Amino acid sequence: MSEVRLPQASAEVATTPCQPEEDRRKFLTRLSISLGSIGAAVVAIPVVGFLLGLRKPSFVWRTVGKLSDFGIGSTVKVSFLDPSPLPWAGVTAQTAAWLRRVGDHQFIAFSVDCTHLGCPVRWLPDANLFMCPCHGGVFYSNGTVASGPPPRPLTQYPVRVQDTEVQILTSPLPIT
Amino acid sequence: MRMLKQVWCWFDDVTGISAWLVPIMRHPVPDARKSAWLYVLGSATLFVFILQIVTGIALASSYVASTGQAYNTLLFISGTPFGRIVRGIHAFGASAMVILIGAHAIRVYLMGAYKYPRQMNWLTGAGLLLFTLLMAFTGQLLRWDQTGFWSVVIAAEQAGRTPVIGNWLGHFILAGDTAGGATLSRFFAAHVFFIPALIFLFLGFHLYLVLHNGISEPPKAGQPVDPRTYRVWYQELLAHEGHPFWPDVAWRDVVFGFLVVMIIAGLAITIGPPALGKPPDPTIIGASPRPEWYFLWYYAVLTLIPRWTENYVIILGPALFGAVLILLPLVAGKGERSPLRRPWSFVIVAFIVFMIAYFGRIGKIAPWSPRLDAQPLPVEVVGTTSGPVEEGAEVFYKKGCEYCHTVSGYGGIRGPDLTYAGDRLTAAQITTRIFSGAANMPSYTGNLTPGELSSLVAFLKSRRRRPPLVSTAR
Repeated sequence: MSEVRLPQASAEVATTPCQPEEDRRKFLTRLSISLGSIGAAVVAIPVVGFLLGLRKPSFVWRTVGKLSDFGIGSTVKVSFLDPSPLPWAGVTAQTAAWLRRVGDHQFIAFSVDCTHLGCPVRWLPDANLFMCPCHGGVFYSNGTVASGPPPRPLTQYPVRVQDTEVQILTSPLPIT
Repeated sequence: MRMLKQVWCWFDDVTGISAWLVPIMRHPVPDARKSAWLYVLGSATLFVFILQIVTGIALASSYVASTGQAYNTLLFISGTPFGRIVRGIHAFGASAMVILIGAHAIRVYLMGAYKYPRQMNWLTGAGLLLFTLLMAFTGQLLRWDQTGFWSVVIAAEQAGRTPVIGNWLGHFILAGDTAGGATLSRFFAAHVFFIPALIFLFLGFHLYLVLHNGISEPPKAGQPVDPRTYRVWYQELLAHEGHPFWPDVAWRDVVFGFLVVMIIAGLAITIGPPALGKPPDPTIIGASPRPEWYFLWYYAVLTLIPRWTENYVIILGPALFGAVLILLPLVAGKGERSPLRRPWSFVIVAFIVFMIAYFGRIGKIAPWSPRLDAQPLPVEVVGTTSGPVEEGAEVFYKKGCEYCHTVSGYGGIRGPDLTYAGDRLTAAQITTRIFSGAANMPSYTGNLTPGELSSLVAFLKSRRRRPPLVSTAR
């Protein structure tokens, strides 16, 4: 009976690596990493680009009322639509502002966002002051800081009068 | 029964699952003796996290993350009896997550279990702590009521304090020029997909490490950790007095976890979910946004620090805290574990707990906020219905003084109590103060007519303690 000699285990191969094998392994490893990186980059560009690109700054004049709606010297709350609001934005697509008529055709519009950390400020007509409920910021009627932590006066929106319509220029939320 | 056993045998044969699962369940754990119950906090956090996932999925099946509709879907969910309970469990579960992960971190810190070989346990845990706080913040926001809406604005403003990229970062958070259609979806994706994905990653690694490194034994004073000898010593300890985790030790985790879940469910059923505020209409100016209780302390700290330090604290504060968490196991990775040999650990924990409790209470009262719901002073307090004192009382309310000052219990607490101002100040002093204002008080120069000023001063001068009944004059 002749003995069948089985091939030796691959341990022999591992103890004496030959250079072509090593080169091949290195190449295949590098190929995998390169293809993986390229694939990830190709996908990452549109994904990250989409996340970062959702902001489209645009400026639109929005009508907030007729000249005759506003008495000289009174400060009232007006609201206007964001520029190009998304259809599902619902009630959040509005922005509010405090509008004061100071002359025949002169208006000042204040953003309602407190310059400290963004809470909405309330206008107190009898006290002639804006007060913020969050950290105690107070502003004088001209928007300058009266007391508390706000670092800057209230931001103002550009206002103009077109024929008999009062219009405010929509602006991004004031962030420093 | 035999049928079941046969099915199981087949399943186990083709999956090999018991060979993998049983050693995990029975892995040896050191005898914790008197500290045994301290070790249940990590698993309790995990149980509540699973609770959050389950209730979260239930909520997500009805919640519509549309800026215009989210509020209505929440009204719908809260209107059904079970939906109300699910919301309640999710809300109380969030508070439980914050409490339990904090308690777990404190326990690990005090017992020095962040030292070798468990440094990566601590680092992954620090990541999980950060993610939990982010989940808590983004979750509250998803209610998308008044408070939810304004918290996005406030978060964007805080991020805006970052130097150089602040403006860009703030608008990235808003996903636009203003908080609008794209904003809520961004936070929904973060709260439901992005952060949970990170949590699963870190949690999986964290649990693997717990098994790989073993549960730490209770520290003993005089037994410092020596990386050269610890692993061998630990294996010997397990061989001597190790108990199989299941069920000899795990029963405590089950009992405590059960109690926690029952308490959360009980609170959800009896108290119910947080009430929804008004809809997220940015033109409703009467909003008074406040963070959840676990962030109240931070809200108070930000209010009370000097104005010039604000940018540094907002940006560097959390960064510093993160750096400390990361550096702790790297610089203090060996040596004494027992807190008795590390007395500063008690001080630090006491400081943190005290700070959160103390400033949380102050944040709840928010003395710096004007009490904008104050009502005009009643006749009994004013004392008269005509004359300068009565007119002065009207001016006191109209001009907003009462929002920040108290008279006989009515009004705000931002400024000094003026109930007995007439006793301590002269008319000249009162006039000066009204005109010049103060750091936290506006100046009323140009804001009062002479008539208003004199009646206001008359009113304030009339605020005195009643004169003694017995006249001392003879």
